[in-house]
Amino acid sequence: MSTATAGTETAIPAGVYRIDPVHSTVGFEVKHMISTFRGSFRTYDATLDNSNGAARLAGSAEVASVDVRDENLAGHLQSPDFFDAANSPRIEFSADDVRVAADGSVAVDGELTIRGITKPIRATGRYEHVEADMGGGERIGLNLESTVDRRDYDINWNAALPKGGFALGNDVKLVVNLELAPEEA
Amino acid sequence: MKVLGISGSLRRDSHNTGLLRAASELLPPAAGLVVYDGLGELPPFSEDAERDAPEPVVDLKAAIAEADAVLFATPEYNHSIPGQLKNAIDWVSRPVLDNPLSGKPVAVVGASTGSFGAVWAQADLRRVLGALHARVIDEELPVAYAGEAFSADGSLAEAEIADRLEGILTGLVRAAEPALVAA
Repeated sequence: MSTATAGTETAIPAGVYRIDPVHSTVGFEVKHMISTFRGSFRTYDATLDNSNGAARLAGSAEVASVDVRDENLAGHLQSPDFFDAANSPRIEFSADDVRVAADGSVAVDGELTIRGITKPIRATGRYEHVEADMGGGERIGLNLESTVDRRDYDINWNAALPKGGFALGNDVKLVVNLELAPEEA
Repeated sequence: MKVLGISGSLRRDSHNTGLLRAASELLPPAAGLVVYDGLGELPPFSEDAERDAPEPVVDLKAAIAEADAVLFATPEYNHSIPGQLKNAIDWVSRPVLDNPLSGKPVAVVGASTGSFGAVWAQADLRRVLGALHARVIDEELPVAYAGEAFSADGSLAEAEIADRLEGILTGLVRAAEPALVAA
């Protein structure tokens, strides 16, 4: 589905493309105290399906695979204070509207599900297409960002600070760099 | 201009002593930082020992008196100031109306290996220093995850934290400048 006129879009080649997990990252950034905290997920999946004329993107990340630099924090993130992994082990995303402009900029309107709560989000970024990489294979790159308010997904934990304010920001930037290859026949 | 750096940690490879060293590289050119290293020599405070004060106490009071400003870097033990640092301040505070921190520009920073960067210890230390009538800079620098906060050369790895420390140091030096003019 697109309202753009012909000639202003880049066509994604027809086909089904699967994630190359070695060359992809699924991460997040959030303001913590005075710096920016960054984390990522080690286990995730993504598929770009453009086999029926409309590009659809679907992906998921395993909450248990969250990678942060403090194992106590990693444990805390599994708890009901954050992702509630016991009840919602997976973060899911799906979009049936992936639009690539002539300059390679991409906009994806989809739905993000965390803790069983589904909300619409828009992600934007860059689209890359390589006909043949070093190994001769076709590759698609999707580098996407979106910012969500974690409270929309019932992730409300925080800690008050002595000078006022709170330790953790509410806006979380999702940073997803996907490298996709044609699905094996 | 002389800034005295006091670390609240006695640990040999202390992150907070490292934070003072990082601060020494961010001070305005006209200021230099000397790190105090006598914290572990101070005996527990006792009024009985005050009349003939132990030499390490006399030395600490003199070092503070000679400095134009003092920068504290504190760890956090059980949500508050480490005992050895509080002990040092208790020694320095007596008599309170004639203590060397009275009227002295001071700033407080802190590092911890956890996710809160000694923020409560810093708040408590600012409050205590206020009781000694120090001119406390009302800023904090919570350096979290201190094990990864420094580069190999000892500088702060994150630019936003280094910038904030530089801002605190600029404020500290500025607060000390009128005293120099008057002297």
